[in-house]
Amino acid sequence: MRKLLFAAFVVAALAGCSSTPTQDPAPVEDRAAAAAGAGTSGATTSGTTGAGVAGAATGAAGARSPLTDPSSPLSKRSVYFDYDQYVVKDEYRALVDSHAKYLQANRNARITIQGNTDERGTREYNIALGQKRADALKKLMVLLGASESQIETVSFGKEKPRREGHDEASWAENRRDDIVYAGE
Amino acid sequence: MQHLLRSLRSLLPILALAILATAPARAQLTIEIVGGAGTTIPIAIVPFEGENSFPLGISGVVGADLQRSGLFKLVDDTGIVPRPARPEDVRTSDFRARGADAVVVGSMRPLPDGRVEVRFGLVDAVKQVQLAAMTYTVTPAQFRATAHKIADVVYQRLTGDVGVFSTRIAYITKQGSRYQLMIADADGNAPQSIVGSNEPLLSPAWSPDGTRVAYVSLENKKPIVYVQSLATGQRQVVANFRGSNSAPAWSPDGRKLIVTLTKDGGSQLFLINADGSGVQRLLSSPGIDTEASFAPDGQSVLFTSDRGGTPQVYRLNLATNVVERLTFDGNYNVSPRATPDGKGFVFVRRDGGRFMLGIQDYATRQVQMLTAGPLDESPSVAPNSKLVIYAAQQGGRGILAAVSADGRVKQRLVSPAADVREPAWGPLLR
Repeated sequence: MRKLLFAAFVVAALAGCSSTPTQDPAPVEDRAAAAAGAGTSGATTSGTTGAGVAGAATGAAGARSPLTDPSSPLSKRSVYFDYDQYVVKDEYRALVDSHAKYLQANRNARITIQGNTDERGTREYNIALGQKRADALKKLMVLLGASESQIETVSFGKEKPRREGHDEASWAENRRDDIVYAGE
Repeated sequence: MQHLLRSLRSLLPILALAILATAPARAQLTIEIVGGAGTTIPIAIVPFEGENSFPLGISGVVGADLQRSGLFKLVDDTGIVPRPARPEDVRTSDFRARGADAVVVGSMRPLPDGRVEVRFGLVDAVKQVQLAAMTYTVTPAQFRATAHKIADVVYQRLTGDVGVFSTRIAYITKQGSRYQLMIADADGNAPQSIVGSNEPLLSPAWSPDGTRVAYVSLENKKPIVYVQSLATGQRQVVANFRGSNSAPAWSPDGRKLIVTLTKDGGSQLFLINADGSGVQRLLSSPGIDTEASFAPDGQSVLFTSDRGGTPQVYRLNLATNVVERLTFDGNYNVSPRATPDGKGFVFVRRDGGRFMLGIQDYATRQVQMLTAGPLDESPSVAPNSKLVIYAAQQGGRGILAAVSADGRVKQRLVSPAADVREPAWGPLLR
């Protein structure tokens, strides 16, 4: 049984304490880290703890599915975002286009886009921000040929970080949309 | 006003002349002085007669409650013999000599049926009058609850405010990859897991009657809102629409919730019955609307929206549908929580990369920052509006902390093993 211990009872007078040290942790625009993160994502799809659930396939995912073929752009499933940004960057255009075209060609295929944020910000607001990222990617896919009904967008906010660190490299990895095909 | 007068009246014996001189013009300030760091009420809690023969003594719990509130200082009564057990036995001069302004005495006496008679009395040592005397007949399992009740009485008599020592809190723990929704007494005792999951849990919210908790679970690979009964453990899906379902907030009558849904695009506020029926969109905004919090009168709802370009706190009047922006300083003011006294709200501000709690008054629009961060979030206001519990980071781990609504008194609640977050203060019962 976990029991909360009330420790260190601090009585502090905070009179007039509106000025606090403001150290801005370097505005976060680390494209190198984000790009590196994108490179490492490769064929490892996150967000599916029950990966390998066979038989639930939608018909889109066969044994030699292009979805999992490492040489196919469809095996790339993560799109990374800059800090406080919700715009899908041009460098992901080919990746997004290949998924959109796949959905267009396979009208039975369904995907979920899972939006994620870094750890900064409050939990519920980050759920909304992650949703905004997922919605941005969906919008682009629909523009590129996918059908609205094929895509569900959800958000994990900051709740499921792929990297647990408290540094820019971890944050960049966690500002991310993941594309998960139904049945995966 | 009546409340202030009542508060003032009960304070006078304690704070005596210095306060009396300035009281009429600055009644409100008097209460703040009581809460201030240097002006705690010195109180002696005499060990209850007969409590040594029970596994849990009452006086220790009462003393710990009062001390934790930050408004009391415990005075050592060692050496006062014989120890008084009844108010009429208190020789106030003994306690005045130790600096005590008030004295708690009591007794625990076993009854033939196995229950125990707990008596307690509160004496004003300055005025030499009895302020309270009560008798409870309880089972040993109720000792702790009885001690909290006594602490509530003492707190109420000496500060004029309602005590919250008998309330409970909900919070989420994360240990390894295991998440649990816990319920515990307000002092952290008697923790109970009511939900466990290998996927994140967040945003617990008490029903106004304290019988149910709403929360968000990611166990189905997306945020879904559940309501769970504490008595039966049964739970019900309240919102599982296409997209994300989150941020549950109870209406004061406990019949409805506001939730944030994305089913129609964007994160938007919806009103829904507590059984999941009758979903109804509240507003249409081009951006994010989320983190609803009902005003205690149920007439308006606070929420976070980025409709103005940055996330700020807004208020929706449910009768007129008029939306009004409430926060203007800074570019990130989120997580509004209406205080139960109806006077304002607590929120989270990001300033220079730090996340800290502030409280804003509706009437004056004044903001007072309550904490300094760096990563404070998820505020929840105690039912007496005097304390705010919140999540903070310490040594890379999530802890719970509490701050008084005037920012002066702070405490930390540390769990030895788990990461603790998402506190929610339960209601007063009855």
